[in-house]
Amino acid sequence: MNELIFFVNKVLISGATLGSVYALGAVGVTLIFGILRFAHFAHGDMMTLGAFVAFMLVAVFQSLGIQTPLPTGFIVLPFAMAITAGLALGIDRGFYQPLRAKGVKTVTLLIASVGVTLMMQGVIRLFAGTGTRSFFENETKDLYRFKLPIEGVRRSINFSEPQILVIVTTVIAVIALHFFLTRSRLGKGMRAMADNPSLAQVSGINTAAVVRATWIIAGSLAAMAGTLLALDVILKPDLAFNILLPIFAAAVVGGLGHSYGAIAGGFLIGFAETMSVFNWAVLLRPFKAGLPDWLPNDLSIVPSEYKLTVAFVILVLVLLVRPQGIFKGAST
Amino acid sequence: MSLLEVKDVEGGYGGAPILNGVNMAIDREDIGVIVGPNGAGKSTTLKAIFGLLEVTAGSIVMDGHEVANQLPDKLVPLGLSFVPQEFNVFTEMTVHENLEMGAYIRNDDISDTLDYVYEMFPPLKDKRKQNAGELSGGQRQMVAMGRALMSQPKLLLLDEPSAGLSPRYMMEIFETVVNVNKSGVGILMVEQNARQALEFATKGFVLAGGNNRYTGTGRELLDDPEVAQSFLGG
Repeated sequence: MNELIFFVNKVLISGATLGSVYALGAVGVTLIFGILRFAHFAHGDMMTLGAFVAFMLVAVFQSLGIQTPLPTGFIVLPFAMAITAGLALGIDRGFYQPLRAKGVKTVTLLIASVGVTLMMQGVIRLFAGTGTRSFFENETKDLYRFKLPIEGVRRSINFSEPQILVIVTTVIAVIALHFFLTRSRLGKGMRAMADNPSLAQVSGINTAAVVRATWIIAGSLAAMAGTLLALDVILKPDLAFNILLPIFAAAVVGGLGHSYGAIAGGFLIGFAETMSVFNWAVLLRPFKAGLPDWLPNDLSIVPSEYKLTVAFVILVLVLLVRPQGIFKGAST
Repeated sequence: MSLLEVKDVEGGYGGAPILNGVNMAIDREDIGVIVGPNGAGKSTTLKAIFGLLEVTAGSIVMDGHEVANQLPDKLVPLGLSFVPQEFNVFTEMTVHENLEMGAYIRNDDISDTLDYVYEMFPPLKDKRKQNAGELSGGQRQMVAMGRALMSQPKLLLLDEPSAGLSPRYMMEIFETVVNVNKSGVGILMVEQNARQALEFATKGFVLAGGNNRYTGTGRELLDDPEVAQSFLGG
């Protein structure tokens, strides 16, 4: 039983946290791909940017002496999301929109987004330096322990406060996005434009407004994902650039352009990563007496340094079986 | 002055002009049918009216407004609606959502128009929760026309509505076109099945080489031996 709780802590809770961050990032990537048909490489740094915006807001809050029951980094999230959405709109206006107006191929937009990612990395380091920072310098990171009322159970199920916030916020964001895409006029217009851009235009849908809405949603979800990730781990300039590739893997696995696919892909890859670095020998410990001696003490599938490669193994496997992704994507 | 007046329109996709002086006038009571050989500029004319390619000369006046080179999101509110020949439904959206997208520019209550469209195309009512991509070719064409009618147009532009449909479906679509016209919507359509379409056309336009060769009522064109021989296959 203790071993099972260890599994829950190490695999299920960590996997759900990681999966949530991946899902929020992948939804943004997939929405931008669906509407503008290019892989937005600067999305990782947009997440980092959102986290730094949140960090600055926390500094402002604390200098004003505002005390909050939840971590201040979480309280400022709506403001950070709004500011990052504005910055995302500015980036589109400044870099991508002029290219689209010239009617360039989408691969040119992709390369432009690589340029934007390098620029954003430079700007972030210019203002914030290269060091790591913590949202919890002046606050404590609460840990919640849930003891199971079972005899002989010593371990407790552990959640850190940021982990709960990540998972709960992601669930709320996903539900809100679902209602936006299926109930609101603008949301349906977004789906229509992802489905058939020329027919969307013919129907009189204001495609420029749809593009703006896409950047606002992608930018605010990026800020949400980046800030929550920084709350859970630590804030550093390469915070999200490091997880950009698994985020893209999640979006592709789910079927590019398909929002629900990106969410499923995010959690699939999050859980796969935590499962593959989990030492499965732990679960066998209670049966140690009956097991042969040659069984090694470490039964994890890959060492934790190779965690990121798991995303790509999953990506390759899914694409071999279902080239269009779990859900049918817009790229086909 | 007619609802839509196309005068000496020239235009193309940036290279050599495809249209070299097209003239048309359509009223709300009319069913206009554009016929002609391949490459005559039939579909191109509709696209020029709907702002999908550059008009380099001439004028297009819709309901008193000059609309040459205007984008669709300006044209739809003026009462113009277009059904492309291909890829004319949102395949990943339900029939109902397709219709809602047709009414995107409207801010008023659309339920009456929905009832009108479902009445016009009864098979769609049963399938309204189904994705449009799962429907048959004929039903997709109904969704496409229904979508275009949702903006309450004064004039509906149809690009080969019967393309790829069996003769039975073709007649069904033509009947619907006549019914839509009776409900007060002008029609301007391009049609390969020229004979059948000219039978019910109040105005016929024979295009060749990017300009009007013959213009008349449908009956006049059908009875003109020259038109019959050159353009209607004898």
